[in-house]
Amino acid sequence: MMRLLASALAIAVCLVFAGALAAAVWQIAGTPAPVSLPGLLADNLAASGVEHPVTAVLLNFRSYDTLLEIGVLVIAGIAGISMARTTSLEDPELRTSDSLLYALQRWFVPLMLVLAGYLLWAGSDRPGGAFQAGAVLAASGVMMRLGGIPMPFLRPGLLLRLGLALGFTVFLLVAVASAAGGEAFLAYPKAFTKPLILAIETVLTFSIAMVLLALFVSAPVNQALEPEEGDPG
Amino acid sequence: MTPSLLYAFAGVLLCSLGLFGFIRLAHLLRKLLAFNLMGSGVFLVMVGLAQRDGEPDPVPQALVLTGIVVAIAATALAVVLIRRYYHLSGQATLAGPAATQHGTAKPVVRAEDRS
Repeated sequence: MMRLLASALAIAVCLVFAGALAAAVWQIAGTPAPVSLPGLLADNLAASGVEHPVTAVLLNFRSYDTLLEIGVLVIAGIAGISMARTTSLEDPELRTSDSLLYALQRWFVPLMLVLAGYLLWAGSDRPGGAFQAGAVLAASGVMMRLGGIPMPFLRPGLLLRLGLALGFTVFLLVAVASAAGGEAFLAYPKAFTKPLILAIETVLTFSIAMVLLALFVSAPVNQALEPEEGDPG
Repeated sequence: MTPSLLYAFAGVLLCSLGLFGFIRLAHLLRKLLAFNLMGSGVFLVMVGLAQRDGEPDPVPQALVLTGIVVAIAATALAVVLIRRYYHLSGQATLAGPAATQHGTAKPVVRAEDRS
């Protein structure tokens, strides 16, 4: 009886929520936008340094969001790593003995690395960019991990910390440097817009892949007595 | 009913489904999935509504892209936390001790007991 009542209450809450949300959507759809954002964007696209509007928004016009986003990612990665002990890569339990995976891996890993590089480069004038490339890079890392390929840089140590913090650090450095150079915070100097965006995208790709991969590696929680990755002996 | 409104209302539907699951489902992984469903609904509303005149608006698309990446990282962190919680407490729900008497919880295996 209590469960039924609770379910009915939850359904009622959800119906009210859906109704309010639908009314809001209907109202927004009915009112014309005061500013045409796509038009504004198209007018200023030439000044952004890249040809694709989404990339221009992500890394130039709204780069503040992207900076905070990579900050959130780094915090999530650090929190995930500190939650779990990573078992040693030589742990046979973590390896899959799937021969199909081994066979496919030899083809897929290089292909995925090339695809990640292409996506990163494509971001300047067509759909693509740091996040897609980082996701593909992280996926190929997950595959390598499942196949038992040792990746010593994932051990809790200097390389992991550098990899996690690289994107955020470079992005923040560029932002502060442009602020110190007399421009606004995160306003790139006009002459170097495209190289700067490209450099930031590259380090962002690395860091995003590193965060996602580190979160994947730290997900299995093992018994504390098992040897931790990076422990001598 | 234009296609953009259809997308937006589908997003509203996803949002409420996710809210219902988030309130009613006890298992933490299901709660997490329901919460993700809510997030997907929000993304669908944003992208769907913004393509009003038939052409997509890059600004909400960029915001949604940022949101997707943050959602992935938050989900992964939540999975790590849930596994840690399960490892420490032996149960996959947030229910109190009263609920565990009905046999919903698995036997507790603590790290300290093993060592």
